[in-house]
Amino acid sequence: MGARIVGISGDTAGIDIGSRSIELVLQRGGEVVHTAKAPTTFDPVGQCRALLAGIRTGRTVVTGYGRKLFVEAFGDETPDRPDLGRVSDITEIQAYALGAARLFPQARTILDIGGQDSKVISLLPGGKVLRFEMNDRCAAGTGKFLEIMALSLQVPLENFGAFAQSGTKRITINSMCTVFAESEATSLMARGERAQNIALGIHLAIMRRIDSMLRRVGLEGPLVFAGGVARNACAVELLREFTRAECLVPEDPDLTGALGACLHARKLLEDTHV
Amino acid sequence: MSEATRAATLAKFASPVDRFHLEMEPLKEAGTKVAGIYCVFAPIELVRAAGAVPVGLCGKKQGPIPDAERVLPANLCPLIKASYGYALTETCPYYAASDFILGETTCDGKKKMFEIMARLKSLHMMRLPTDASPEAQALWLAEMRRLAAYLTEQTGVAVTDEALRREIATQNRIRRALLDLAAFAAEPEPPISSLDMMGVFESRTFVLDQDGYLADVLALSAELAELRAKGVSPYKKGAPRILLTGSPVGRGSEKVIRLLEAAGAVVVALENCTGLKSVVGYVDEDGDPMEALAKRYLATPCSCMSPNAGRFALIDDLVRQFKPTGVIDLVWQACHTYSVESHDLGRHVNDALGLPFLKVETDYTESDMEQLRTRIEAFLELQNR
Repeated sequence: MGARIVGISGDTAGIDIGSRSIELVLQRGGEVVHTAKAPTTFDPVGQCRALLAGIRTGRTVVTGYGRKLFVEAFGDETPDRPDLGRVSDITEIQAYALGAARLFPQARTILDIGGQDSKVISLLPGGKVLRFEMNDRCAAGTGKFLEIMALSLQVPLENFGAFAQSGTKRITINSMCTVFAESEATSLMARGERAQNIALGIHLAIMRRIDSMLRRVGLEGPLVFAGGVARNACAVELLREFTRAECLVPEDPDLTGALGACLHARKLLEDTHV
Repeated sequence: MSEATRAATLAKFASPVDRFHLEMEPLKEAGTKVAGIYCVFAPIELVRAAGAVPVGLCGKKQGPIPDAERVLPANLCPLIKASYGYALTETCPYYAASDFILGETTCDGKKKMFEIMARLKSLHMMRLPTDASPEAQALWLAEMRRLAAYLTEQTGVAVTDEALRREIATQNRIRRALLDLAAFAAEPEPPISSLDMMGVFESRTFVLDQDGYLADVLALSAELAELRAKGVSPYKKGAPRILLTGSPVGRGSEKVIRLLEAAGAVVVALENCTGLKSVVGYVDEDGDPMEALAKRYLATPCSCMSPNAGRFALIDDLVRQFKPTGVIDLVWQACHTYSVESHDLGRHVNDALGLPFLKVETDYTESDMEQLRTRIEAFLELQNR
């Protein structure tokens, strides 16, 4: 990065500060000109400062759990801030709705399984949010659940989906509490169950839970599957199987929130110029 | 809101504990019995007519819950755990001053907790029926008479119709005054904040001098009328307007109201038992006072009633009067009656009232503040377009 300056005053930035990772999307005109990612760590503000080094924009919108922290650190009245134009925040619900509707204008439902929570957003034709539901009280049904289970089966997270897809038997994991599910997996291992089958059982458990959440909100296709867990092939396969809906997965599913924030920044910038 | 624009009369409601101790002193000397109460089903007119004074007990803070969990299961509503925890740890000044406790068989968690609490202090349990049928009315009237006998035993004062009528008239005046006060939030830009409004309603049960409380409420309304005339409001024009329903909320458990205020929304109506549910419905001042009391209290639209059409009707009325842009149903974790009822209420709010609806299930801890903030802000974003 260093001295190189990316961006002009007409550019907009969207930043999504999630529990596990931070994503940045920079747009010029209607086009995405730059994207970047970093782990959230214990110092999200420091991570953002690094991501934004040498970046200049006319308007910045931040979303995700760290959004208030970001506005506090880089808001309009803070001295010594990066050249980000005006800074404001929107919720992940709105950001994901905007991002997914841009990628797939026909989308009617969005599923986002992130590191810390999962959300279902139901859209009106045209992309407006009709209603939403969040699972945010515990790790069950989130990326964290998969991460802990992958760790306990000693499979790298990025291979966990493919590993589960090689399972040959559908076993039922009854515990949805992450802690209890881990001990259930341990007792299955102790009984000599194949790790692949346990991994598949874990994916089945999480996606069944997600499926019932989708049905509570009222699932209408096409369904966009966004957020980091959409990179997991087994999760995508099971979602298609359970919902029988048309499932669309963005090329970079974890950038959807940052893209939505960036689009919102664009709208705000245009509104000020009118 | 700056202090200059915040009604000065609110200071009267700011420290209910201090006020309680001041008011308690002469009553204690005179040997007046204090009845600790938890719930809006406790007929305070009857308690007062029997020469005792009722006072609301603590149960809205996380503090004593870990102690309560030594006895009660963790997966129980925080209100029940906190109520018991305060009693167990003797950290509630109102509980300490109480000579006996009044309980009601409202929900399963509460009535089983009361069985355990009865070992700590003398506790009279009212058997609350769950509907308004003639049989239920008869049972509830009998329970009122049984309470009257219990109170007379404690105080030595027989309950007369005259005393009942006097107390009914006072409480009806307070109900009217509080409904008039609440109506300020129906304004497009209310001259009082939601949290201040909640504080005034909540302190009603902590004030022993009810005539003094009435005078303060009336003075507050007069001052708010002046502020309104000057166009003073802590809220921005066009702020989202929320009707908050569900489990009780008070000082210590008001995190959802705080999040709403922080996001710029007005809680225009608190349809719960710390709010309007406790004051709607006057007691009939003609006819037999005991029967009138029984009828009014049994009509309380609590989710422990089955069916509970009264709550839906009340929400319909409040929506007409307060013109909310959304309804939030706050359910304390493991409060099964409100939690189950939420499904039908959500449909009713969406379909019959045409308003967005959000169910929030949480406890007294601050552990989910940021998740709740996201959920609440997203709900408000829905109304902004």
